Amino acid sequence: MLSIKNLTASINGTPVLKGIDLQINAGEVHAIMGPNGSGKSTLGKVLAGHPSYEVTGGEVLFEGQNLFDLEPDARARAGIFMGFQHPIEVPGVSNASFLRLAYNKKAEADGRDELDPLEFDDFIHEKIKLVAMREEFLDRSLNEGFSGGEKKRNEILQMAVLEPKLAILDELDSGLDIDALRVLGDAVNRLQRADRALLIITHFPRILETIQPQFVHVLSGGRILKSAGKELALELEERGYDWVLEEAAAGGAR
Amino acid sequence: MSSTLNVVTSQEYKYGFVTDIEADSVAPGLSEDVIRFISAKKGEPDWLLEFRLKAYRHWLTMTEPEWAKVDYPRPDFQKIVYYSAPRAKAPKYASMDEVDPELKRTFEKLGVPINEQAALAGVAVDVVFDSVSVTTTYKEKLAGVGIIFCSFSEAVKEHPELIKKYLGSVVPAADNFYAALNSAVFTDGSFVFIPKGVACPMDLSTYFRINNKESGQFERTLIVAEEGASVSYLEGCTAPQFDTNQLHAAVVELVALDNASIKYSTVQNWYAGDKNGVGGIFNFVTKRGLCKGKASHISWTQVETGSAITWKYPSCILLGDDSVGEFYSVALTNHKQQADTGTKMVHIGRNTKSTIISKGISAGDSSNSYRGLVKVQPKAEGARNFSQCDSMLIGQTSSASTFPYIEVQNRSAKVEHEATTSKIGEEQLFYFQQRGIPAEEAISMIINGFCKDVFRELPMEFAVEATKLLSLKLEGSVG
Ligand SMILES: Nc1ncnc2c1ncn2[C@@H]1O[C@H](COP(=O)(O)OP(=O)(O)OP(=O)(O)O)[C@@H](O)[C@H]1O
Ligand SMILES: [Mg+2]
Repeated sequence: MLSIKNLTASINGTPVLKGIDLQINAGEVHAIMGPNGSGKSTLGKVLAGHPSYEVTGGEVLFEGQNLFDLEPDARARAGIFMGFQHPIEVPGVSNASFLRLAYNKKAEADGRDELDPLEFDDFIHEKIKLVAMREEFLDRSLNEGFSGGEKKRNEILQMAVLEPKLAILDELDSGLDIDALRVLGDAVNRLQRADRALLIITHFPRILETIQPQFVHVLSGGRILKSAGKELALELEERGYDWVLEEAAAGGAR
Repeated sequence: MSSTLNVVTSQEYKYGFVTDIEADSVAPGLSEDVIRFISAKKGEPDWLLEFRLKAYRHWLTMTEPEWAKVDYPRPDFQKIVYYSAPRAKAPKYASMDEVDPELKRTFEKLGVPINEQAALAGVAVDVVFDSVSVTTTYKEKLAGVGIIFCSFSEAVKEHPELIKKYLGSVVPAADNFYAALNSAVFTDGSFVFIPKGVACPMDLSTYFRINNKESGQFERTLIVAEEGASVSYLEGCTAPQFDTNQLHAAVVELVALDNASIKYSTVQNWYAGDKNGVGGIFNFVTKRGLCKGKASHISWTQVETGSAITWKYPSCILLGDDSVGEFYSVALTNHKQQADTGTKMVHIGRNTKSTIISKGISAGDSSNSYRGLVKVQPKAEGARNFSQCDSMLIGQTSSASTFPYIEVQNRSAKVEHEATTSKIGEEQLFYFQQRGIPAEEAISMIINGFCKDVFRELPMEFAVEATKLLSLKLEGSVG
């Protein structure tokens, strides 16, 4: 589904991604862990097409298509979703009308029927149950004044509305209380299917107990230093990252 | 700033065409002779000529105001044409059939309903082309309930006593530089009179069009609502695209007697000049409403999107006890446009109330200022004002300023002022795009959300129009 080859990218002339290789197939769940500032969010934003980042080399194919040929909104409609680490607030734009416009853009692109406000109302009421969100959040301005956890809940609601092929969830778990973590983890699991894939960016193994990955990658200094099964997450929690860095340095010297 | 934002925020002006029509014009320049010519052309009574000449002589002693945050080459008043009218058999078309087909086509192209059959149900229109009113729809129907809705020139002839009574009663001829100029040379405009106890059964509207390259537009609007009367009035304007600047210096006076209510809405889309700031209208307008009677109500709603320079402060004099003044404004500037706009609320009567909601949007290299005065005079016991002034910046090179002036001379008064500045930045746009929404639709959604409180005040069709207009002004094809 997604194939990243030797991807390098920089921001304001500073290289952040220094050669990323990653292959994600349909049905797979991948987790990326790594120290602060290692480039995890950058990877997500580069895939989503954030205009501040400059891709300086490498290749990314999404379902065989060169991702960099597509504008960010076209990438989204093609099925790439990014759940943001820090979702932005948009005063004055109601959450419901935002969700409906996003839904209809995707529907239009897929050749499905668009929903009018009444139809969408029925549709969204099913979706908010999935993430246990209270109705009043639909009428509020998009993320405005939402608590950190409420914003994350809203991200997953958007994911549920758009049903992306590939969802990149950047620190979904940060700022969530224990119950919310379980609810949203379950929601993400229910959205995962054999023809979809997940890329979970996190610092904590806890979320990976609910959303179980087949692959865990350690990203540090703009490179993937180690990839293994889900047991790696627990090992990282126990031992930290230093040993991975040392191992990689030794490997590099060899 | 990302190129997306820049591309998205530049859009060509679509009303920039010129109508090729024979016109009766005077040579450029201003003098007492020109004023006498205009007055004679319109067959005006002597007192009105005197009013003009007095204004002119006063204007000669005045200088252009300098305090606004706008920067422009001073117009050369001797290069302006002060009278230009489409040549016709009669000064006013007796029926639609006589209107020049070229003119008809012009207004069709502009989407202005001048044909009653085809008109938007329930909107009567007075159409002003350069210096004259070319047609007014639904006149007879309105006359049936005693409402006078006609061009200003016609009103001078048919209802001189009303004009004499109210002209200059809200904006005196010597009020300010541009008002004085207008009082000397005004050509046409609309007159509305709603008699005692009548609620106007339809929205009234005037559509202004500047066509002549050298001409200035100096229209005069006067709306009087007698005791218990009410009316909703809409004003729209466009102009062709020229590489020179045209001057528009209008005066609008509103008078509301006891329990009367006047709602005045404007969608201003004069040509704004090109993206390098060449050409465009200088829009220097004096609009003022007098809440003369008890519990009278005047509400200004404006959507200002055009003009190279906008200098405009629709105001309310709250003279009657319990009277209410409102100002709802969206001002959008792009490229090199400059706007200095706001309102004055002068509380004189007791328990008077005013509300100011101002939304400024600046994109490109434009500058957008809100300037407002809330004045509570000593006798205005229990006066209240609420002001909310929000600015939104799009891109890195635009600017927004807020100049609220508050003068309170009565201790029981309550004045509240809130202001915010926000930015449509890359992060917001990216968020929308990441959810599959193209940048231009994202901008339009964010802007509409920002302007919601003002659009709510507009009559339905106008609100739809305004929403489209803002999107147009900010959208383009994303490359
Ligand atoms: N606008 C910017 N200008 C300069 N450097 C930047 C900019 N944005 C990000 N960076 C740098 O890029 C690097 C990678 O940042 P990124 O957000 O991808 O890290 P992260 O792995 O997601 O970290 P965290 O775990 O703290 O979320 C950091 O060193 C950061 O300071
Ligand atoms: Mg991060």
